[in-house]
Amino acid sequence: MQGQDIYSIFRAFADSWVLLAMFVFFVGVVVWAFRPGSRKIHEDTANIPFRHEDKPAGDRE
Amino acid sequence: MWDYLKLVLFGLIAVLTMYLASEARDLAFMVASLIGLLSAAVAFIYTLRGMGNARAPKTGYLDGPVRIGVILTAFWGVVGFLVGTWIAFQLAFPNLNFAWAEGYLNFGRLRPLHTSAVIFAFGGTGLVTTSFYVVQRTTGARLWNDGLAWFVFWGYQITILLAATGYLLGATQGKEYAEFEWYTDWWLTVVWVGYLLLYMGTLMKRKEPHIYVANWFYLSFIITIAMLHVVNNLSIPVSLFGSKSVQVFAGVQDAMTQWWYGHNAVGFFLTAGFLGMMYYFVPKQAERPVFSYKLSIIHFWALIFLYIWAGPHHLHYTALPDWASTLGMVFSVILWMPSWGGMINGLMTLSGAWDKLRTDPIIRMMVVSVGFYGMSTFEGPMMSIKAVNSLSHYTDWTIGHVHSGALGWNGMITFGALYFLFPRLWNKAGIYSNRLVSWHFWLATIGIIFYAASMWVTGIMEGLMWREIDAQGFLVNSFADTVAAKFPMYVVRGIGGILYLTGALIMAYNLWMTVKRAPLAREASAAAPAE
Repeated sequence: MQGQDIYSIFRAFADSWVLLAMFVFFVGVVVWAFRPGSRKIHEDTANIPFRHEDKPAGDRE
Repeated sequence: MWDYLKLVLFGLIAVLTMYLASEARDLAFMVASLIGLLSAAVAFIYTLRGMGNARAPKTGYLDGPVRIGVILTAFWGVVGFLVGTWIAFQLAFPNLNFAWAEGYLNFGRLRPLHTSAVIFAFGGTGLVTTSFYVVQRTTGARLWNDGLAWFVFWGYQITILLAATGYLLGATQGKEYAEFEWYTDWWLTVVWVGYLLLYMGTLMKRKEPHIYVANWFYLSFIITIAMLHVVNNLSIPVSLFGSKSVQVFAGVQDAMTQWWYGHNAVGFFLTAGFLGMMYYFVPKQAERPVFSYKLSIIHFWALIFLYIWAGPHHLHYTALPDWASTLGMVFSVILWMPSWGGMINGLMTLSGAWDKLRTDPIIRMMVVSVGFYGMSTFEGPMMSIKAVNSLSHYTDWTIGHVHSGALGWNGMITFGALYFLFPRLWNKAGIYSNRLVSWHFWLATIGIIFYAASMWVTGIMEGLMWREIDAQGFLVNSFADTVAAKFPMYVVRGIGGILYLTGALIMAYNLWMTVKRAPLAREASAAAPAE
């Protein structure tokens, strides 16, 4: 009986507020990715694999 | 001081595993205890012999585990493909289930050995190894903790041994891709928590302000596998000295938990983890940054948000409520979009460098792998549609689909990563023979085509035969009729396996010769005048 209630509460919560929250979060991520000024940061980040091939940053020869 | 504590710890583990072995209720558990004993003994002796030695300075990257890891990845690959080819022929020629090996080497025992060998041994070792390499190069920092890195690495190999010996001796939970019994589950949980700490620790000491996208994928793989593994393996051991355990869930709840695990093992182990590989090794081999970093961010979050819901499509037309299976279907179909976004991102990374496809067989391998990723992520959503699934489910089509993904996508991208890593890890100018890479490429590609095409034919044939009814409404074919009709296709599938295995053997030879014979890379320091 009680288990059923917990299930119903969870179920109602999941397909209302949680669904909305996840959707908003996802849309937020997309908007954030396209925010003005992100191009330079993304270009810099995309080039990370070409920077520290042989040794960690800050290590001396 | 720490070394003395380690000795005590290994000694205690040895005594404990000896006790477990002496009390073992079944052979699988005894062998598992002895593997534990052996590991503790090796670790004890290794620690003892190293005591008092001056410590090597902890500078540079920690590449020791990576070097052993790439070798083991190639080794497990060959083992997994060999077992797979063998069981393919067992299906075609049942006499290969030898009477003398019944109960150890028959299809039922070898099948989980094959799936775990390719997914967890070959794929898993490849993921752990490449993640160690990639996280260091993209954070500009050494792994967070040397000891923990070695523990995670060898701990994972022990998991593989425990699982493999368990299958042959009959210790299985009967859950697909989660067959290993409770003691292996517990051990893997410990190792995996260590892996998470190591990865997070390394990310936190990163020297780059941003976390490169490959690390997002690797990290999501680590976190999600931890969650899936713990929930799907909630079971109570019958005895602490025996391998058998009883699942906590039952009925359709158990089935749903299993396929929530099963499909996300595909989603986060075989997809997210390997996408981590793709986002590092494809740009590196193409020598240009990823096509669109924005797209990679959206790819990541869309994949994470959608994959987790797709599991119910494994349970269409079962006791699972209709709404749940419809939910699974809808999310599987939507999932097609981010998957293809990722594929386009990988392929377009080559834009402006397409000529490399002609000259560089390694990039060709990676590109074909991304192509297979696109193909199987189109086929999958299509098969998850209920109407299609009513034909395809329980047929060989499913097996063909899995293999075009596993052999094509996971296999080829891992081969590409191995060809990339070997020369760099042993400071060589390049791979020993590009010609042999080409041979490997073609053998593997043709092998996959044999495999997938024969499984499409036999799968659709079998599905149509099962549902064929005559004018009176009786089923036309018995199950044995479908088995007999499949024989030629099973032989073709086996031949595809032989081709793929041959390619992998050529790779193993080529990698070996790269270490032994390939010329050294010119060192920057060697070129500088001595002072």
